[in-house]
Amino acid sequence: MNIVPISYYLVLSAILFGLGVIAFVFKRNIITIFMAIELMLNAVNLAFVAFARAHNQLDGLVFVFFVIVVAAAEAAVGLAIVITVYQNRQTLNIERINLLKF
Amino acid sequence: MSLPFLVFFVCAFIAVLGALTLIIAKEPIHSALALVLVMISLAVLYLMLGAEFIAAVQVIVYAGAIMVLFVFVIMLLNAGSEERTDWSKMAKYAGMPLGLFLLPWLGHWMYYSAIGANVANGSLATSSSVSTRDMSNMLFNQYVFPFEATSVLILIAILGALVLAKRDDQ
Amino acid sequence: MDFITQHAILVVSLVKIALLLFIVLTALAYLTWFERKLIAHIQSRWGPVEVGAHGLLQPLADGLKFLFKEDLTPPGADKFLYILAPFLALALGLTTIALIPFGPPDVQVLGQSVFVVANVSIGLMFVFAITSIGVYGVALAGWSSNSKYPLMGGLRSSAQMISYEVALTLSVVGVVLLANTLNFNTMIEGQRGYYLHFIPRWNIIPQIIGFLCYFTSAVAETNRVPFDLPEAETELVAGFHTEYSSFKFAMFFMAEYANMITVSSLATILFLGGWLSPFPDGWTFMKYLPAVGLALLAIYLIYDTFVLARGIAKIQLIVITIGALAIALGCFHPLVLNVIQGPFWFCTKIGAIMFFYVWMRATLPRFRYDQLMAFGWKFLLPVSLANLVITALIKVWPLLVGRG
Repeated sequence: MNIVPISYYLVLSAILFGLGVIAFVFKRNIITIFMAIELMLNAVNLAFVAFARAHNQLDGLVFVFFVIVVAAAEAAVGLAIVITVYQNRQTLNIERINLLKF
Repeated sequence: MSLPFLVFFVCAFIAVLGALTLIIAKEPIHSALALVLVMISLAVLYLMLGAEFIAAVQVIVYAGAIMVLFVFVIMLLNAGSEERTDWSKMAKYAGMPLGLFLLPWLGHWMYYSAIGANVANGSLATSSSVSTRDMSNMLFNQYVFPFEATSVLILIAILGALVLAKRDDQ
Repeated sequence: MDFITQHAILVVSLVKIALLLFIVLTALAYLTWFERKLIAHIQSRWGPVEVGAHGLLQPLADGLKFLFKEDLTPPGADKFLYILAPFLALALGLTTIALIPFGPPDVQVLGQSVFVVANVSIGLMFVFAITSIGVYGVALAGWSSNSKYPLMGGLRSSAQMISYEVALTLSVVGVVLLANTLNFNTMIEGQRGYYLHFIPRWNIIPQIIGFLCYFTSAVAETNRVPFDLPEAETELVAGFHTEYSSFKFAMFFMAEYANMITVSSLATILFLGGWLSPFPDGWTFMKYLPAVGLALLAIYLIYDTFVLARGIAKIQLIVITIGALAIALGCFHPLVLNVIQGPFWFCTKIGAIMFFYVWMRATLPRFRYDQLMAFGWKFLLPVSLANLVITALIKVWPLLVGRG
């Protein structure tokens, strides 16, 4: 059933990861940076599922399951932190949230 | 161009397009929706790789709950649009070319490496898709400790979010 | 012809999808008629009677009205999202219908089962996945209208939907435990057989708490009374679809009914035995029930045409009566009768659940928003969890007792 070679999926995963890194480095809104982190996690998930299919083992899929669950927990707490930061600094621009800078 | 290749390229194209929209969009809500599009196209790719349960979990949890949370926060905070201030010189003249070099290099390495050659011929799978039963067997027999630990983690996350969101006067 | 037999799955699927879309869209339109008539009769009035015979052309008139209304976009609205939201809502509402089996899988054309478009092995999870994405339609509609009432309505409505989604999913896991599968057709097959020879072995009997939790969550999920605060007229003007006019509003309307059909179909498959007949197979005379029912309807229509109707309604009724008589006589043929059994019972059960929906709308007051959220999180979720734990305990009890 799997006519498409696994390496195609890996290349796509690499491209998505790279784009996630670019978004993480260059964007200024905290929430968008957070979303770039989620994009990177998704790219890694794709690599895991591709390898699970390649080696015909289920461990990759179970790991993806755990990554999704941990990402959910992280998103919940992270967004609560973002809301608190917004309430204190009234901005979502990370270049303005620099009170601890030397 | 057989159907699996066609579906793969369409989904890959949509995923990369969504990721580019995430980077380029001015409003955070457009970035959020682009990310949802990426997640849904990735779910289709998981289906093609035979992981049906993971595809459904991806859509239900990731695209249907986590991203809804992102959209809520964006709507509640009325997050303003991205300001187009200029990037640092380092980012423009060193960062961007390096980034654009890294991507194809990674892709090339993955395509032509030993691991890539090893798995490039597709799977030796006998069954075309993983049943939920097998996956839950593995989840509850071998990985039961991470499973329980993850549930404690979710509990901690709920408590943490509650504490952070509580107002000071309560 | 060769192309058709070689690509049977493609051609038959396309034909099925076209037919199903046509039937479902017509059903959505006539659901509005059904709701208005039923609420009217509960409130001791007539409902639509002007437009066609018995008001049957009212949905057509409403559709034309929606098409001809002015289609304006509020100033400052995010154009792309404003147009995307109703399309998203309607498209997702209609997509789940592809997974629902309307009849037994052994009725086949060219080797493809006729009554289900996509018989996926994890059908239940896919339906939940699609309803999860449906939250975006509501949230984006509220956000993109650039106005306070829609934003509040959209946020409240989507918060309500994701809260009750959890209870919805949990109340169904008990059924999955009993059926050992996530595939719809297998679940329905598992509900064959009878207790005491005449009570059907439907999942509602062992899982009655699950059914009540599911139905309550489903009503809340589809934003219907008594949970329709986000779109109530006295509270938030019209909620998230305040700023929508003409066809986009009609699409939200249709999306709400499509969601109702989806959750009713799920309730039917999971708890009420799907396309199985409630009468044992030994009672072969019960197979004639669809034909007899249609014949009775035709007789009533004849009475209505010649005794009660006046004017142009008489002509319309004559046309409908001839149609009903033709279908009724066609149903008496044994081939048609065997094919029609599954869909007939499925649609009857969905009709019963819809009746319940509309009945609740006519009689119950609505919840306040904080009562609504408290009910979802503090009552329904623990009850669904308790149902799940008890079902799981009962299922593994032999193993526990054997070892201990």
